[in-house]
Amino acid sequence: MSTVKAGLRYSEDHEWLDTAETPAKVGVSAIAVEALGDVVHLELPEPGTELAAGDVCGEIESTKSVADLYAPAAGTVVEVNQAVLDDPALLNEDPYGAGWLFTVEVSAEGALLSAEEYAARNGGELA
Amino acid sequence: MSQDIPETTSPGGTESTSQDIPETTSPRLTALHAVHESLGAHFTDFGGWQMPLKYGSELAEHRAVREAAGLFDLSHMGEVRVSGAVAGAFLDFALVGRLSAVAVGRAKYSLLCAEDGGIIDDLIVYRLAEDDYLVVPNAGNTATVVAALDERAGAFIALGERSGRADVTVHDASAETSLIAVQGPRAEEILLRMLSAEDGARAGGLRYYSCVPATVAGRAALVARTGYTGEDGFELFVDNASAPAVWSALAEAGEGTGLLPCGLACRDSLRLEAGMPLYGNELSREISPYEAGLGGVVALAKEGDFVGRAALQQQKDDGVGTTSGRRLVGLQGLSRRAARSHYAVLRDGRPVGEVTSGQPSPTLGHPVALAYVPVELSAPGTQLDVDLRGRPESFEVVALPFYRRQK
Repeated sequence: MSTVKAGLRYSEDHEWLDTAETPAKVGVSAIAVEALGDVVHLELPEPGTELAAGDVCGEIESTKSVADLYAPAAGTVVEVNQAVLDDPALLNEDPYGAGWLFTVEVSAEGALLSAEEYAARNGGELA
Repeated sequence: MSQDIPETTSPGGTESTSQDIPETTSPRLTALHAVHESLGAHFTDFGGWQMPLKYGSELAEHRAVREAAGLFDLSHMGEVRVSGAVAGAFLDFALVGRLSAVAVGRAKYSLLCAEDGGIIDDLIVYRLAEDDYLVVPNAGNTATVVAALDERAGAFIALGERSGRADVTVHDASAETSLIAVQGPRAEEILLRMLSAEDGARAGGLRYYSCVPATVAGRAALVARTGYTGEDGFELFVDNASAPAVWSALAEAGEGTGLLPCGLACRDSLRLEAGMPLYGNELSREISPYEAGLGGVVALAKEGDFVGRAALQQQKDDGVGTTSGRRLVGLQGLSRRAARSHYAVLRDGRPVGEVTSGQPSPTLGHPVALAYVPVELSAPGTQLDVDLRGRPESFEVVALPFYRRQK
C-alpha cells in the first residue's frame, strides 16, 4: 500500500502542498505515482508563473500514460526542482522528498484534504 | 492530477478487453497465478484474464529484455490444434497465408480475415507434423477464432466431400495449455542450461520461427523460437500442471544473467519499439491487411478459394495502402511529449489520421507511435503533428521498426 505522508495536505487531484516552509512546496502523492508507473518526463510551470488553484500547470508522462498536474494553491511559482526534471525517476523513488516538483508563494489555497482524509479516501497508509 | 489513459488501452497501453467476454465474468487466472502473487506482481485484466502488468519497474523489465532476458507468462494466449489429413489445405482456405507450404517444425505469422477482408485476428501457426498444426490466436480473440475455424471447417468439409476429401478437426486446447516465454539476448544461454545435450543441440540450432519438442525440467514442452519483443527468444508451450516447474527452472537457470520476470506493460513497450502490431490497436475488423502493411502475409497467388479472397484481391487491385486510402506508419516524436492511442494526427492543423499506439520509447529515449495516415503522407521524412491534448507536437514519419537488435 502506498504511503500518505502525515503533516502534508492534499488536493483531490493527488498533489500535496507543504506549507511548513515558505514558499510552500508542491509534489504528487505516492498513490498517484504508483498508479502512473515509471515516470519518464515532466513538464512543470516556469518560475514567475501566476497560478490559480485547480489550474493545469504541468504534465507527468510515464511509459503507460500521461497525467495533468493541477495547482493545489493560487500564487506565484518561485522555484522548479531541476533535479527531478533531469531525473524524473526521483518522483517514483521519493515522491515526498527528492521528487518534489516546485515551490509556490501561496496567495490562496485551493480545497485541500488533511493527510488523514486523503488516506481514508484513497486507501493509503499514513506514515 | 488526472490521468489520461485511453479506454482502449488497459494498463500498459494494451488491447481493449475482448468484446466476446461478458463483463460479468470474473477474469480467468493462469496456472502461474500463485507464482506471480508471490513475486509481488501488479495485475491487470487483459483479454478476459488477470495477468501480471509488472512486478517492479516496467522500465527495468523492458531493459532486462533488451540487455539480458525476461521471463513472461503468456498463458492467456490461445492454443488451437488443427489436425487431419487435409489440415494444411483447410488452413489455406481459412487463413490468408499458404500454410500447407510451411515445413514441419516451422511457423508462420498469418491472419484470419472476414469475407470483406477485415482482420478478425492475427495469429501464429506452427506446423507440428504433416497433419497437425498449432494455431495461436490472441487471448481476447480465442473464442472468436475457434468459432470461425469450426464454421470454416464445416464449409471446407462440405466442399471437400464432393471430391472425397478427408476430415479436419479443430480442438481448442487453450484451457489446458500454458505458455511461458524467455526473451532477450541471453535467452538461448538460459534455455540451454536446462536441456539435455541432445535437446540442447536441437533447440539451440533452431532458426527464428521454428519449433521443436523438448524435455524442460522433466516436462514435455514445445519449444518455439518466436516472440513479440524484437529480441531473440523462445516460447514454451506446456500443460498447465507443468507450468510452475518450468517457470521455476527457467528462473533458476537465469540467476546471475540479469533475467527478470516481466509483465504485460513492458511487453507492450517492447513490441511497439519492434514495430509489431497489436490486435485492438493497429488491427481490427475495420482495417485491411494492406493498410496495416501486412499485404505480404496475404497469399493471393495460392490455389483455391479462401475466406476474404475476393475482397482482398479488390483491395490490392485498388492500391489500398500503397496508392489509395491509409497506411500504418511509424512516428518519431521531436519533443519529449508522447503521442497516445486515439490522438489525432494533424497536417497543417487539420486532422488527417489517428494514433493507434504510442509512448515514450525506453530504449531510444524519444516518443514513438504507430498511426494510420493517408498514403500520400506515409513516406519516411514526412512532417506531421499530433494533437497532444490541445497542443500540437511535431512528429516525423520514420521507417519501421523503431528498434532493430544487433544480430
